[in-house]
Parts: sequence; C-alpha cells; structure tokens
Amino acid sequence: MKSSVITFPGSNCDRDMDVALKKFGFRNKMVWHEEDELPKSDLVVLPGGFSYGDYLRCGSMASKSKIMKSVINFANSGGMVMGICNGFQILVETGLVPGALLRNKYLEFICKNVFVKINNKNNGYFKNIRNDVLELHIAHNEGNYFCTNDQLKEIEDNAQVAINYCDPEGKIEEPFNPNGSMKNIAGIFNKAKNVLGMMPHPERMIDTSLSGEDGSLFFKNLINNLK
Amino acid sequence: MKISVIVTLKKDVLDPQGKVIHQALDGMGFNEVNEVRQGKYFEIDTQETDPKKAKDKVEEMCKKLLANLVIENYRIIDAQ
Repeated sequence: MKSSVITFPGSNCDRDMDVALKKFGFRNKMVWHEEDELPKSDLVVLPGGFSYGDYLRCGSMASKSKIMKSVINFANSGGMVMGICNGFQILVETGLVPGALLRNKYLEFICKNVFVKINNKNNGYFKNIRNDVLELHIAHNEGNYFCTNDQLKEIEDNAQVAINYCDPEGKIEEPFNPNGSMKNIAGIFNKAKNVLGMMPHPERMIDTSLSGEDGSLFFKNLINNLK
Repeated sequence: MKISVIVTLKKDVLDPQGKVIHQALDGMGFNEVNEVRQGKYFEIDTQETDPKKAKDKVEEMCKKLLANLVIENYRIIDAQ
C-alpha cells in the first residue's frame, strides 16, 4: 500500500507519521507542499503541526497551497485522505469536511492522553477494528469543533461523526470533553467517508515504551482495510 | 487605494478571548461593559482604482480567505 504525507512549512508531525505508516507496512513518500501532483497513493495524510505558523486561522494558508488542489481532486474522486490535528484544521478550511475548529474553550494548549469512542465503523478507517474505545494523544490549542445547527443535523443524519471524546468506558459526557467541542466531537468524515479529520494523534501511540498501543491498532486495521 | 476589512466571530460562536478581556476590564473597574468580542482588522492596499471594482474584489477575498464564513462575518469599510 502506498501513502503520501504532505509536509507544509511548520508541519512537525510529518516524520512521526512517516515512521508510523512504515512500521505498519505502508510504502510512504513525503510530499512537499509546493509539488503540483501527488504520487500514486492509496492514502494521503495531512500531518499535525503549525503550518504557516497558524497565521490568519489554523490551516487556512496551507489549505490554499499548491499541492492541495491535487489532494482535493484525489479526495473528490474517492481517495482516502486523513488529516490529523493541524491536518484536520486544513481539511475544514478546504471544505472537504464541514465545520470549523475554534480556540479551546478554556484557552489552554492541551497536551494529554484522551479516550475516544468510535462512532461509525462502516468505513475504510474503522471497519473491523475490534475496540470501541481508543486511548490516543491530543496536543492542540484550536480543537474546539464547531458547526452550524443545520450542518450538525446533516452530519448526524449522515453518520459523519467519526469519534467522540469519552471516558475509558466509552461514556460520551461533558466532563470528558477536553476542549469544548460540540457534542464531544473529536473527528468527522466527509459525506462519502473517504475523508477523515481528527484531532487525536494515532501516530503517537504506536510504541508501548513511549505511550501506548492503541494507535497501532488503528494503523494495522487501516492497512488491512486498504488491501 | 486602501480598503479595510473587519472580521468578527458570529454571534452564536463562543469567543473565549473576548470573555477573558471582558473579565479583565471588569477587574480594572470598567464595570459598565456588557460584552467584548474580539476580531481581526485588515488593511488592503490595491492597485485597483475603481472603488466599486476594488470592493467587489475584496469581497471575494473575504469569502475565499480572510473570513471563514462558518464562524465569522466580515465587514468592508469603504475605500479611502
């Protein structure tokens, strides 16, 4: 399976993502944001970081960069595109997934492990994953998911909520919402479910000696689904 | 020609920075403040000389980049 990780000026989780993808069997290529064309890919990843120093709005400048035209075409033709953290912010700015990511409710940069409940397994990302709850890492200042009431209705009607912040047992309640996100939303799909944006970093949970293994479950499952 | 743009968060979008500024003002003794909303201000110097055309172009810039219409409103201040 071939993957591409896009590097923008200010991306800083691109190499971690490269390590994670390779560990689980992807043949990964790093793609600089000024390229015109994506290499042939089964999966494109927009990594975390602070693209363009978070100028204007997080992800807004990166969403207009050269390579993104090719990424948007790839997504619109059904290709799998995953945005993690700043990558999620870039995705909302392109309009590939609905909504916006606001400043965290309590104005703090949050860096900690959280639990997320998988809301929809009927897609290439979470199909066949045996866990319902994953422990993943978040590190962000603007992860407070917001959308209009009309958008929220559409998202819920189309089962576009991918994961919600929860407790270790999977209870989705306000005390387990780290950043003020609407309905504890931590990640969403586009309508067709080939595009996934999420704040948590699965690439930081692929080694027991460093953190945990729930990211490994995610990547192992993902590559099996793509085969 | 210079055109200014003000971008603010929509009414139903929480503005935690505005809230904290309000609290600070309150603590400083400005008790008469009802609400503070923080926004962004842009000054665009354009080669366009026709005010109507310039304004239309800036409006397009607002929609495509300067504002995120899911969460923000923009207001164009007339050309000077």
